[in-house]
Amino acid sequence: MDLILEGIKKAFWLLIHMDNEVMRITLLSLKVSGLATFISLALGIPLGTVLALSRFPGRGIIISLVNTSMGLPPVVVGLFVTIMLWRGGPLAVLHLLYTPSAMVIAQTIIAAPIITGLSLAAIQQLDPKLLLQIKALGASRLQMGWFLLREARLPLLAAMMAGFGGVISEIGASIMVGGNILGHTRVLTTATVMETSKGNFDTAIALGLLLLLLAYSINFTLTIIQQREAFYGRAHFRG
Amino acid sequence: MAEPILEAKALEVRRDNSLILDIPHLRVEDKEVLALVGPNGAGKTTLLLTLALLYTPSAGEIKFEGKSISYGKGLINLRRRFAVVFQEPLLFDTSVYENVASGLRVRGIRGRELKQRVFTWLDQFGIAHLAKRAARTLSGGEAQRVTLTRALVLNPNILFMDEPFASLDPPTRERLIRDMERIVHETKITTVFVTHDRSEALQLAHRIGVMHQGRIIQIGSPERVINYPADEVVANFIGIESILPGRVMVFNHETFLVDVQGKKIEVAGEAQVGDEVFLCIRPEEVTLLGSGLASLPSSARNTFPGRVIQIGFIGPYCKVTLDCGFPLVAYITKKSLGILHLDIGREVVASFKATAIHVIRK
Repeated sequence: MDLILEGIKKAFWLLIHMDNEVMRITLLSLKVSGLATFISLALGIPLGTVLALSRFPGRGIIISLVNTSMGLPPVVVGLFVTIMLWRGGPLAVLHLLYTPSAMVIAQTIIAAPIITGLSLAAIQQLDPKLLLQIKALGASRLQMGWFLLREARLPLLAAMMAGFGGVISEIGASIMVGGNILGHTRVLTTATVMETSKGNFDTAIALGLLLLLLAYSINFTLTIIQQREAFYGRAHFRG
Repeated sequence: MAEPILEAKALEVRRDNSLILDIPHLRVEDKEVLALVGPNGAGKTTLLLTLALLYTPSAGEIKFEGKSISYGKGLINLRRRFAVVFQEPLLFDTSVYENVASGLRVRGIRGRELKQRVFTWLDQFGIAHLAKRAARTLSGGEAQRVTLTRALVLNPNILFMDEPFASLDPPTRERLIRDMERIVHETKITTVFVTHDRSEALQLAHRIGVMHQGRIIQIGSPERVINYPADEVVANFIGIESILPGRVMVFNHETFLVDVQGKKIEVAGEAQVGDEVFLCIRPEEVTLLGSGLASLPSSARNTFPGRVIQIGFIGPYCKVTLDCGFPLVAYITKKSLGILHLDIGREVVASFKATAIHVIRK
């Protein structure tokens, strides 16, 4: 019990004084997971929209693959990305293994199916007649996509939260492809594991709390936007 | 004859290999209001959305302003010359202003022109005060006003409407139809609309097309369709409750006798003996008398004793269904219902004139 209390006390001290290393680890976590989420949004939303609106042979197989991939184990993703980037691997020429870029790639592979699957569901839950109405307004394909995304913005924000939540908290892929190198690829999750294994519970608790705080503040902001949209934001007056 | 604004030739729509729309020829004249009416599944909406270029026909040709339409790249530009209003408001999850502006934004209209056009049309429909309101918080009537505004602000060459008033309560519906009638009259906008409601069609349309099983079975002025239904489907749709099949027995100068289930009905006009016909008798043409008054002299050539088998209420009127050896429906006032002491099983006498019967030859 003393160990935990001591740990929490030191954690607060560390958080208040924010040393450079902790700051760097936090910012890298935010950068890697933020970028992976952004890329996943750029890939997942259009793909989810296309899957929701089009009919083609093999569509069902692709959708089931996307749905299965929503629960991809991070260690499997880590293993796959490591093999691809390993010396002699198909993408070895990129020299990305044990870099933040490799971590972004791995986290994108984890988040993209989550965002694709939830975007697909978000677009599919819209009234099919709405599509006909948008068409009747004379919208081009691009304009139609924009209308639909605007209509599905609340569930799409939820997809964004789910994607970010999935990658900020994962460790398996980050440690495998990043290597937890001090000052280079160490992020909050990998640092927490390392400090725990060394018995530095105070630092581990501090890093864990930081991770929770980071995840919570991002999701809190997105939730505020989402809920404001749900209650008040429906009246954007741009007259 | 002036060139029609829209023309369809040999138009066919097939679904799962079955023909659901078959329109050999249809003209929509410039500035006219055409109502498409008919029972459920008649193909009204399919025809409307095909004419609005939202469905691609399986065969046939549509001409807009004399030019044949090709379903390729230029289709969006043609669609932008039309506007469509659906039964459900289908409003976007944003403000009323943004909803009305949406079609204009699609067309690249911005700034002062956009604002001016939006507010001009919001005023026309009396909803300018709702501009900032979230569209999803509107009542059904307000929401449908917004969809009509969203369509008319586009200044379309043709306005297509698919049962736009069907989901509204009667007072709201009547107010909106009155406003729409005024706007259509003032703007002279070519309008094609689908409705189930014959009074709506009569109020707004210059021509009525009655559809059944994917075909237009009669098209013409409201007076023509109402007074001279082409067949029993049209007769039924326009509210003729008693449509009696029979055979012409005797032709006697100006009238002829038709055998309807063993009863002889006298009809004004000409016919060949042996003709198979439908006799259409409007419920408002049938007079009911107390059973003791049957012997009074009358100009009505047809008088039949009957028994009341059903009494229903339609607004201020009563719909009385009789068994006279054949079914016969009469509309009477509630006052008459009381005077005649009508009840189920009561014996009465029904009479109607030979000239009040419309004959459809099979």
